[in-house]
Formats: sequence, C-alpha cells, structure tokens
Amino acid sequence: MQTITREQLLDKAVSLLSDGTVQAVLGWQKGEFDYDITPAVFETEDALKKNFVWNDFCGANFSKYLIERTKKIEGKILVFLKPCDTYSFNQLLTEHRFDRDKVYAVGIPCDGMIDIALVKAACGDAISSIDTSADTIQVETLYDGAKTVDKASVLAERCVVCKSKKHVAYDELLGEDGEVLDNNRFDEVARLEAMSADERFAFWQNELSRCIRCNACRDVCPACTCEKCVFGNPESGVENKAVSDSFEEKMFHIIRAFHVAGRCTDCGECSRVCPQNIPLHLLNRKFIKDINAFYGDYQAGAEVGSRAPLVDYTTEDLEPGEVFDRGGQDA
Amino acid sequence: MQMSEYKPLIVAFCCNWCSYAGADLAGNNRLAYPADVKIIRVPCSCRVNPMFILRAFQRGADGVILCGCHPGDCHYTSGNYFTRRRMALLFSMLDFLGIERERTRVEWVSAAEGAKFAATMNDFVATVAALGENKRLEDLRCKR
Amino acid sequence: MRKCLLTSIDAVLAQLAKAGDVYLPVDGDDGAASFKKWEEGTKWSEKLNTVRSPKDFFFPQTENLMEFKREGKNIEIIDVRDEKADFVVFGVRACDVKSFDVLDRVFLTDPVDSYYAERREHGVIMSLACTRPAETCFCGTFDIDAADPQGDVTMWKTETELFFRANTEKGEALLAKLDGVTEACDEAAVNAQQEKTRDIMKKLPLAGVSTEKFGGGKTDTYFNAPEWSELSESCLGCGTCTFVCPTCQCYDIRDFDTGNGVIRFRCWDSCMYSDFTKMAHGNNRLSQLERFRQRFMHKLVYYPENNDGLFSCVGCGRCLAKCPISMNIVKVMKKIGGSDHE
Repeated sequence: MQTITREQLLDKAVSLLSDGTVQAVLGWQKGEFDYDITPAVFETEDALKKNFVWNDFCGANFSKYLIERTKKIEGKILVFLKPCDTYSFNQLLTEHRFDRDKVYAVGIPCDGMIDIALVKAACGDAISSIDTSADTIQVETLYDGAKTVDKASVLAERCVVCKSKKHVAYDELLGEDGEVLDNNRFDEVARLEAMSADERFAFWQNELSRCIRCNACRDVCPACTCEKCVFGNPESGVENKAVSDSFEEKMFHIIRAFHVAGRCTDCGECSRVCPQNIPLHLLNRKFIKDINAFYGDYQAGAEVGSRAPLVDYTTEDLEPGEVFDRGGQDA
Repeated sequence: MQMSEYKPLIVAFCCNWCSYAGADLAGNNRLAYPADVKIIRVPCSCRVNPMFILRAFQRGADGVILCGCHPGDCHYTSGNYFTRRRMALLFSMLDFLGIERERTRVEWVSAAEGAKFAATMNDFVATVAALGENKRLEDLRCKR
Repeated sequence: MRKCLLTSIDAVLAQLAKAGDVYLPVDGDDGAASFKKWEEGTKWSEKLNTVRSPKDFFFPQTENLMEFKREGKNIEIIDVRDEKADFVVFGVRACDVKSFDVLDRVFLTDPVDSYYAERREHGVIMSLACTRPAETCFCGTFDIDAADPQGDVTMWKTETELFFRANTEKGEALLAKLDGVTEACDEAAVNAQQEKTRDIMKKLPLAGVSTEKFGGGKTDTYFNAPEWSELSESCLGCGTCTFVCPTCQCYDIRDFDTGNGVIRFRCWDSCMYSDFTKMAHGNNRLSQLERFRQRFMHKLVYYPENNDGLFSCVGCGRCLAKCPISMNIVKVMKKIGGSDHE
C-alpha cells in the first residue's frame, strides 16, 4: 500500500489542470491488469479520472520524459516525483536537459514499489488480480485460488535498499517528506568484490550472456540522454545491434555504466526494465561505491549544480594502479 | 630466436607532449624495449576514451598501457588529472568483471624519461607475457 | 498416439538426443526459462514459456553468412554455413509453433532464404499443449488452439504422463525412434485435457480481444489515426518487444572487419530503433510515432494484406510481460480498434 492515495494525487492534478497552472499531467495510466502501468500524458480532467492510477506498481521514473515533454509544451507540465525520481530530476537540471520553468513538480511519498516478477514467483504465473491496498497483498490466481503475500517479500530490490525517502526537488509536496536512509545497497557489490577474479568473471559472463541487446537499460536511463548514442549510430564504428560475440556484451555494459558514472543516481530503472533479469544496477553501483571510496561521498542529483566526480579532480587523487588496494579483492 | 615463444601484443597510448617524446628519447639513447609494444600517439592522455582501451583488447591486444605527462605537467594543464580519475574507475570496473588487473596500466612518463619509458615497457611486457593471452576480453571473431 | 510416464522423460530425451541435439526449456538461475541443449541431468522447465522465443533456432539473433579473406589481389569467399545437423526443439507452445508459419511465409517464399530453409529442414518441432495459460495469453485471438498445437509432433502433459501424436512424416519418423520408451494408447486422456484447456481459454482476461477490425486493406483507415500519438507517447524506443517477439523478422546485414578479413553477418534489427533501415538515403521513419506505428501496422495490417489474412502476432504475451512501459499490441488493438475510423 501507499500512504498517499490515488484520490489525493488525482485531486491535486485536477485542480492544477483546471486552474490553469499546468496544461498537462505526466502520470501513470492503468493497463489491462493491475500491474502493467504505462507512463502517460493527461490533458483533460476526464482522461485523468478515467485512467490515472497510483499504486504499488508505479515504479516508472518520469524525469527523463521531461526532456521531450518540455520541448513540446507551451505552458507547464505537472510531474509526480517519488523521492528517488527527484534525484534524477535534479541531475537532469544540472546537465541543463530541460527547462525547469515549464515543470510543476509535485513530490509524493513512496512506500516502495512491488516487483511483479517476485509476485509471480511466489504466487504462480497466472494472476487475475492483485490488491495492494494493505501491506498483505491479496493475489487472485487463475488456477490456485486466492493467495496472500507480504509486501516486504516482493518489494523491488531497489526499494529494499532504498537510499532516500527525502525529496530533493519539488514545487509542492504532498504528504510528509522523509529522510535520507542508511542503506546497505553496496552489500552485493562488496560480496562480488570479495570473490576471486575467476568467480567474478564467471558471475558476469553468466549474467551478461543473457543480454539480448534490446537497449531497454539505456533507453530508460534518466542519465542516458544523448541525442544519438554511440551504440545506435552507424557512423560511430562501434554500433552493434546484436551480440555476435561475448566481447560485445561486456563492451556495451561497461561503456553504458561508464558513460553515466558520477551522474547515475542509482534509481534502478535499468534493472527494472531488463527483460533478462540482469542485475545491471550492480555495475552502476560499483562505480558509485568506487567514487565514494576514491573521491569522497557523492550522491548524484542530491543538489542542482554539483560537479560530477568525473568532470572534477584534485591534484592528490589516487593513481589508477592503486585502486585495487582500496577497492576489489585479488584472485 | 625461438619461434614458439609467446609474444604478447601490447598497445601503448602515448601523449604527444611527454610520453611519445619519451619513447623517442629511448630510441635516441638506444635503450631497448620489446617490439611487441605498438605505440598509438594521442594529443593528450585524456583523449583516451575507455572505449579505446576495450577496442584495443577486442582487436587482439594482450595488454594496454596509457602513458601521459606527470600530474601537474599536462600540456593542457589538467588533461591527465581527468585521465587519472577515468582510468582509476575503468580499471576497477574491469577488475570487478574479473579481467586480470595486470593487463592495464597507467604510467606517467615525461619527455626527459627515455630510460623510464624503456624500463616501463620492459616491465609491462614481462608482466603481460607471464599472464599469457588475453582470453577474458577477447573477440573471437578477430582471431579467425 | 503414444505415451510414456513422466518419470521416464529422461529416457525419452536421451533417446532423442542419440539422433541429434535436443533443445528444451530449462529454468535458469534468474528464475526464467530459456531453451537449452539437453544433456544428461537437464531438467525440463515447468514454466509456461521461455522469455526468448524459439525463433532463434531458425532465425538466430546473429548468424555469420560468409567470410572474406584477401590475399594479394584475390578475395577468397568462405562459406561458413553451420546449419547442417538435425535437431529437435522440444516443448514448443502452440503460439510459438504458429510463429514458424509466420516466419516461413517471409523466408521461404521466393527468393528463398537458404540459411533459414536449411535450418527448418533440419529441425523437428515437438510442441506441447498448454494446460495453464497465463493472464497475458491471447493466442485464441488469432485462432490458435492452445490445446492442440501444430508441429511435427504434438505432446500433452498430464499429471503423470506425456502423450505424443505425430503430425508429419518427420514427426512419424521421430516417434518411431521412441518406440522402445513409449507405448501405444488411446486419446481419452488427451481429449479430456483439451476440453478443460479450451474452457479455460474462453475465460482468460484477454479472451475478448478481437482482430475483427484489422487485416489487409486497412492501411488508410488507421495510418493517420490520432491514437498513435497517445499510444506511442511514452515508448522508449528500445527493442524489447521486437526481440522477445516470436514473429518479428526484421534483420540487418553488416560487415565486421576482423582486422584480417571481413565477416558478413546478419542480426536481428528492430523497427523501434532510430537507426532502423538507415540506408544511403537517410532514415525513412524519423519519429518514434512512425516507428511505433510501423510495428503494429505491420503485424495487424500489412502482413495480413500480403499473406492471405494471416496476422503476424500469435498472442504469446511476451511483449505484455516484458515491455518496460507496459505498452503492447493488446492495448493498441483495443485503442485503435475501439474507436471509429473511416
């Protein structure tokens, strides 16, 4: 369940739309089932009332949509931002990717989003309805009757290790603001670092071999905002549309993570959308963990205008040959 | 000369202002280093994008070394400071993926350090030779 | 019709593997199933279906077509075909079997794609009837009977037994090899299961999705429909839907410079990508709306127009499950088909 209700969000959207503060609303649209929710732009009160939805499956981060949306709109667009989304929002502002004056940002609290894959793993593949109005989730299945599952056990990984319930950007806040949280999001990275090089190689070889190069991780990433990606540009010389060799998987995923290193807010969208369940966020978190260890704690998007670690330096930085002593483990 | 002896292929990215001149000086002074090192001259060490390093491995390099001016001596004032951060993160990531950490190196070599250049290359070639062929970042298509 | 006990499935698979590679759905450590080559001890997945469709067996994501090597002034062209050995694809669902029909009409009509044709020639399909379709399933929309899939051999799995029926000569020959590990039987158990499944199919949440408003000749009706803008609004332009789709068949042919020669390969391409069909003249679809529209118009209008009304969607539900923004063909059909168009 979510502390803030759909009705509260709907009232806010409708009132801002009808008093002319905003011309459109970027929100979640209900789908065929309870969990397949699509980001959508609502322009009328009717559309909002009919299709706007807010529940435990509204994981999509809207920040990136603002880049295109703000170019198309004359007035302002309302966007609902969960705490983690506000970090991406700030990061994009830092990079001057959209016009802040065209956005009316409403911060909304978030109690964690559910990973439908975990629900299906717990309750079976055939689900007819999911009621998330309480912390014990009621699942109606097609074949095994009604089932219940604890929300905590089906929470998306990124929400289990939520880094912050605090909104770092908004024009208006609905509900209570939270705090930056102590979290153990680097535990899995540390577990891998503690392995031998052979084990790490085997781990990533196995994970990355499933990659189908759909580019969903790149396309959903609020930090990946190049107009033309090197990997999608026939002129770049490194374009690869499909994986012909395991080298290409590594190349793509290393470079994808590197290109957002220092700018990645760890929103976790890359892993959410991966159709092959590759834990891509671990690559990003490795960079974040290293940056914190080498250059001091840095949270991308925590404030607008901060200098990202890779476009900054000190004369005392450690040497590339020293990173292993402080970071990873040897074989 | 033994033909069967394993010869690693090394790519060395050298900055135009310091390390490339250092390589020149090594040559002028007749300081020997293995011919397995293929030098690619770049305007500044920070011209080297992580993709260059990976592409070198893809195309058959067994080790990649990046040489630039000493920190503080960059021809463009700060280029090599950026290099230092980028490569620190990249090397750490390669290590995270289980790629042998000895296959990559950054060394600062000035135009006056011909001897250091030769010594660095000798050491790097020996280190990579001991590791053997690059298998973990290879592209099998390039080995056909 | 023949049958065996599920407990002796290993013997059946071992017998099949004697004649060539056998591929079957296997659970991976990420909890999802994918087709893997059978080896002693491989366990057949209980999952409804694999994330990737079995189209890879005939139309792999990447395949090398030929190699060029240059020596002096001569260019040597090397044939690198590897589609020579017989193989069995075991446990293919009805929707995916139908997808081969869709692909055949593209690759086996003149000019025949010999790479695809040879793989089809060497592959034997053993399909598996569904008993517990998911909420995302809508194969019935395309007149596919999940209880009676096509393929060279059709299989039905009950609590304890596995039933086999050969549908083609290839299938007969294959089943003959299994004589030692199967026994003859009647169709009573299968018929009972089929009835039950067909009943379930009618009650699935997407059972009402209809193709009635679509088909050949509808290009002008829908091409400029205002709904495309809203539907494609949040499309990320990734290739997930096309790459998990069993019927998407677009590809690109490219040359890879190995440093000592050239490998000409073909790989899947996606109409959702901004560089799709970027040829010498430039790009013919500049906006995501156009790309998005292309994908669905192709499946629902252009393909049937050229293929006797056959739709190039089989209702497997993969895109419903995998699209990052949960936009999919069902939503498109309901939206576009649900409003009036001239």
